[in-house]
Amino acid sequence: MFSEEHKRYLKSIKRNKFLVRFVQILIIVLLVVLWQLAADFNLINTFISSSPKAIVSTIISLYNDGSLFHHIWVTFYEVMASFALGTIIGILIATILWRFKFLAKVIDPYLTVLNSLPKVSLGPIIIIIAGAGTSSIILMALFISVIITIINVHQSFTNTDSNKIRLLESFKATRSQIFFKLVLPSNYNNIISVFKVNLSLTFIGVIMGEFLVSKAGVGYLIMYGSQVFNLNLVMTGIILLAIMASLMYYLILFIEKRLTK
Amino acid sequence: MDILKVKNLKKIYHTKKDEVLAVDNFSFNLKKGEFVAIVGPSGCGKSTILSILCGLDKASDGLITMDSNLTFGYMLQGDNLFEWENIYKNCLLGLELQKKVNKKSKNYVDKLLSKYGLTEFKNAYPHNLSGGMRQRVSLIRTLATKPDILFLDEPFSALDPLTRLAVSDDVYKIIKEEKKSAIMVTHDLAEAISMADRIIVLSKRPSTIKNIYEIKLANKSTPINNRKDKEFSKYYDLIWKDIDYHV
Repeated sequence: MFSEEHKRYLKSIKRNKFLVRFVQILIIVLLVVLWQLAADFNLINTFISSSPKAIVSTIISLYNDGSLFHHIWVTFYEVMASFALGTIIGILIATILWRFKFLAKVIDPYLTVLNSLPKVSLGPIIIIIAGAGTSSIILMALFISVIITIINVHQSFTNTDSNKIRLLESFKATRSQIFFKLVLPSNYNNIISVFKVNLSLTFIGVIMGEFLVSKAGVGYLIMYGSQVFNLNLVMTGIILLAIMASLMYYLILFIEKRLTK
Repeated sequence: MDILKVKNLKKIYHTKKDEVLAVDNFSFNLKKGEFVAIVGPSGCGKSTILSILCGLDKASDGLITMDSNLTFGYMLQGDNLFEWENIYKNCLLGLELQKKVNKKSKNYVDKLLSKYGLTEFKNAYPHNLSGGMRQRVSLIRTLATKPDILFLDEPFSALDPLTRLAVSDDVYKIIKEEKKSAIMVTHDLAEAISMADRIIVLSKRPSTIKNIYEIKLANKSTPINNRKDKEFSKYYDLIWKDIDYHV
């Protein structure tokens, strides 16, 4: 059994955690209430700033005409597809560069330039090549995440503990054994942080793509809303995006827990 | 019986600016079951010699003669355990890489684990073990492939002084018990005298052999006891004078 002091210590940790969560929720509730009150008392122009009630009724009407989940699904699908492609292709190329140092040296300046290039500038070219549709959006999001994935993953692969590599070499390990036994598993944590960065980059890419070309999706809702001066729709889109992004972030946290258990 | 013969080993390092003669004219023979320590000033090329002997690095010149069936085990600084694998998997690492995991080799690992008090930690992960236990796991991992010669490259230098003393005692007993030959590089003279049958003293760069000392203690025992031997301090003074040690 714990001593009284230890019990008090545990209690204080618990209380602190509860307080943090409480204040977090309080802030969002207060903001929503203040926003609504300001709208009700005409302190703000609801045409520009919308209001919580208007957002809720927009969501309900989108739900009623059956398009709410369609838009969410389109964006979700595009994010997942480009996230998966960007991560897999990025890790694959990083692996090839780790294996072939000469190639890594050759390609290094190109990666640096591509990384600093604002990928949105590639938009028009991508649309011409891939057509004005979903594939353009996925390609654009892919471009945004894949370069940084290659750079980060390759860097962490090459930073693998050299003593451990020597140890494996002393057992006469092949390069692929070194990769699968040491390089990959020792970098799980780094790969997870790449996941996190990639997810937000992919979101940026997909929404950017939906702004440029789309017939559906949350980015489309925002774009359409701004064109017809329906700011309720714009705000609704932003709220939907915030919810989606945080849900996906928690999904990655869940995967992280499973992988690093 | 000599199981390893090294003749006129030479190593030159090439850099953009310069070429550096690291090791020159290094010759010695290793007897079966013998424990040889290599000491010398830091940066003199001790570790280079080990990596050449176990085939991780190429010599610029010289001749190394040994039986082609001879196998090596290499232990380098730190225990280098894989934190994401349990103790048992860590011990099997070398066997897995050499595709030698079978009933017989697994039994041998089990035997080593139980002999050195680690059976109950088989499924534990490295972070649950003390520094000394980790070092034992690292040694079992090396012994699992049944190497004829062990190369120890300052294996204890990451440990704190007290743990280091206990671990070197431990490792020594295991090496002797398993009747292995060993070459250890160290910068700790007392450690070398307490463990080795012979000590090779190297000069500053380019390192050549200054002297080879046969360590004949009055009552040769385990490393910790050897430090109390009356001959111990004599060897210490003698070899200390021989090392070009400048701070």
